[in-house]
Amino acid sequence: MSDIAQPAAKRRFRPLAGDPRHWPGVGFMAALFFGYVYLPIFILIALSFNKNELVTIWTGFSFDWYLKAVQNEAVLRAAWNSLLIATIASLCATALATLAAVRMARDRFAGQIAVNAMVALPLTVPEIVTAVSTLMFFSVVGITQGLTTVILAHTVFCIPFAYLPIRARLDGLDPKLAEAAGDLYANPRQAFRMITLPLMMPGIMSGAVLAFIISLDDFVTTFFVGGAGSTTLPVYIFGLIRVGVSPEVNAISSIMLMVSIALVSISLLLGRGHERSQR
Amino acid sequence: MSKFTRRTASILAGFGFLLAAGSGASAQELHLYNWSNYYPPELLEKFEAETGIKATIDAYASEEDLLAKLQAGGGGYDVIFPGPTTLGTMIEKGLVEKIDANSMSNFQNVLGPFQTLSVDADRSYSAPYMWGTTGFTYDPAMVPGGMLEESWAEIFEPKDELKGNIAMLNEMSDVWNAAAYYTGVDKCTEDPMEAQKILDVLMAQKPSVKVYSNDGTIDRMSAGEVAVHMQWNGAAHRVKKNKPDVVYVYPKEGVTFWTDTMAVPSNAPNKEAAKQFINWMMLPENAAAASNFTGYSNAIKGSGQYLDESLSTDPAVNMPEEFADRLSGFKKCSDESKQLRERVWTKLKS
Amino acid sequence: MDAKVRDAARRRAAWRDRTLLVGPAAGAIFILMVVPLTLMAWISIQTRDFAGGVVWNDYSGEAYLRFLFERNLDDSLSWNFNYLLIILRSFWLSFITTTTSLLVGFPMALYMATRPARWRAALVFLVTVPFWTNLLVRNYAWILLLRDHGSINSVLLWLGVIDQPLPLLHNNFAVSVGLTYSFLPFMVLPIYTSLEKLDLRLVEAAFDLYATRLKVLRHILLPAALPGIIAGCILVFVPCLGSYVTPELLGGGKTMMIGNLIGLQFGAARNWPFGAALGFALLALVLIAMTIYALRTQQNGNSR
Repeated sequence: MSDIAQPAAKRRFRPLAGDPRHWPGVGFMAALFFGYVYLPIFILIALSFNKNELVTIWTGFSFDWYLKAVQNEAVLRAAWNSLLIATIASLCATALATLAAVRMARDRFAGQIAVNAMVALPLTVPEIVTAVSTLMFFSVVGITQGLTTVILAHTVFCIPFAYLPIRARLDGLDPKLAEAAGDLYANPRQAFRMITLPLMMPGIMSGAVLAFIISLDDFVTTFFVGGAGSTTLPVYIFGLIRVGVSPEVNAISSIMLMVSIALVSISLLLGRGHERSQR
Repeated sequence: MSKFTRRTASILAGFGFLLAAGSGASAQELHLYNWSNYYPPELLEKFEAETGIKATIDAYASEEDLLAKLQAGGGGYDVIFPGPTTLGTMIEKGLVEKIDANSMSNFQNVLGPFQTLSVDADRSYSAPYMWGTTGFTYDPAMVPGGMLEESWAEIFEPKDELKGNIAMLNEMSDVWNAAAYYTGVDKCTEDPMEAQKILDVLMAQKPSVKVYSNDGTIDRMSAGEVAVHMQWNGAAHRVKKNKPDVVYVYPKEGVTFWTDTMAVPSNAPNKEAAKQFINWMMLPENAAAASNFTGYSNAIKGSGQYLDESLSTDPAVNMPEEFADRLSGFKKCSDESKQLRERVWTKLKS
Repeated sequence: MDAKVRDAARRRAAWRDRTLLVGPAAGAIFILMVVPLTLMAWISIQTRDFAGGVVWNDYSGEAYLRFLFERNLDDSLSWNFNYLLIILRSFWLSFITTTTSLLVGFPMALYMATRPARWRAALVFLVTVPFWTNLLVRNYAWILLLRDHGSINSVLLWLGVIDQPLPLLHNNFAVSVGLTYSFLPFMVLPIYTSLEKLDLRLVEAAFDLYATRLKVLRHILLPAALPGIIAGCILVFVPCLGSYVTPELLGGGKTMMIGNLIGLQFGAARNWPFGAALGFALLALVLIAMTIYALRTQQNGNSR
């Protein structure tokens, strides 16, 4: 009896040769992966706290470069532009995307494939191509490059990023809820406002934050389509990088990184939060 | 408030923002477009303090970039800082405004030779900014024998140890001129065969060049990333702050002597402020402040008393007399010659 | 009669409904994306203005000729491999990036798929987050690491492994490192999605039947992951072709890819028609690849 029992006990504490969850080398690759992905980010942030000017020799911990960065008028102006553009572009894009998603999720109509393709267009076309073609367009039409052109361009490429979470959320909604509202004598408008829209909200918020991040981080389009007074933080950083590596660039870059990470976490949590509430 | 109303309100607030931002922009604001690292930020603040006009600077990486931007529709800049070739092209294409710098109140401060320019004879489109020379800089500690000959040969046919350790400017006119001096070809040639000689020299040199760049030349030399750098004299002066031993060379075959200008694009949003700025820059103390920052000489009388001592003791800035005959000033070349130059440059960079 | 009027009214209402809802978004994308792209195709057959811009209505195929030929200074045509080289380099680097991403991404996805369920969400989060941060900043971090006096060279020098800094920046190596870095999540996530659906009891069953790990890999894991692998490869290769930021920062102007070449035509090179032609070619390539992929997945979906 005990002979048969013991091998079983032994088996529990050793990874079996046939354990489907244990693959040799995978753990190592995972460590390599995370190292490769996160190491540059950590080094960048770490070096931004470096006391001296020579970027790669550590002399001491200091906030100096951050202080210098936030006191730099050009940086503040670039940050302001980034926030302004991202806010307006993401709000407009989310509004447009919500309207479209509502109709697209409902039922088929003629030209739906074309609309689907168009919404997917900013995601598939390389950004350099859209940037230069938009530049040529604005030049031919005669709109001076500046804040206006940048905001217009940003709104357009933010639309798919806002659209996808909203559409996903809508597709996951139970249609019976809206039906039930109809049974209770609500007209379609009321059903939409009081049932569908609130249920859509997490998707809309998630889409808005995603669009915001995409606009905030954008470089290529802003670089080509921008002009005086539309310098955003990424464009400003690019200008600095061209002049040379410096701790101020490290500080500003670290700030951008941390803001992006914070926003992305918020967006993902928003997206997951509603999943939990559905259960 | 229902969620719908809240969303509508936030959208309207967004538009309100946009309107506010737009209207804010048309109030007194000045947008400068200049080379990177070519204008002192403190001087800009001084201008703001004295006039109340809010000023910003954006940077371009080369004259061609400036021309491309303006040609594509302007970009909303009020003051630009083109070199003479680019200025000439812009005047021909109607891209710059006639500002009559010659009748501005401070124009009398401009030194005699700079009151006229070959492409802008009566200074009706531009005022002078900085002037300087294009030679090359080397670090004696990084070259064999600790010394290089005063010749473009050291750049175009570098010693074996220096191959891969030299950097060139990314500026078409400067590189073309240097190659022209070296090969003995007229820099305004219209003959394709002659231009081919220049192209051959440049292509032969290309594998030995580490990088072609106008930005970060100071950083590059200071950090020792290259041993020899084709460079403008003011940048060389600023390298000396980090590496006092670097040598700026006036090559014997010829040294380009250039003058940068200040001009106003024809679609500038705020031309009055632009003119005010240009006039203000022709005051001795302001021109001197720009010189102290950039390391180049200015064209304004009476600025000497405000200049840093280091500028007058540096042979890179204060050129020794014996090199005067190596200087080659700007020559207005024909369209065909300019096109030839463009084609050579494109072939080189492709 | 009544029914017809009602029908017509309903149809009108439906049409109005559709236009008001989908119209704004579709319209915005049409005006600011489809029209500019068409304009780009149009410009590609115009003549360039040397100072920048275009000479209108002066049609010429010069821009497309330029891909393969160049006009010598005496106006004769001769083969020009420079641009072809750039295009080939783009394909080569994209291929390398895709392969490396696959080699790193597949084990990573396998790792993620074989963790307990409560860890997976956290892992997906950790993999996704860097992707959403600023691409420019992430590439700049690599400049810090790869430059002559950067972190990697400093460490190697300090360890005494080398005595001269290695030229790690401004070459193909730097650009491929940067590209792989940028596109890795695009490979990991689709493969993970596919692998996650795999029922591990199949694997257990295979082991019970004395299969070796290699056999399991070949006959169970890879087929299960295949849709994800294909999706990942497409999602990496195609956008990689059109990269701009990575080769611009890490390539040093000597390692240009198609994206940089296009950008150059709208800046210092001032050759709009050529830039438009390149952009059009890249666009056509991307759209064709995506359409083929979309059609095939649709076919596969239908055939099941």
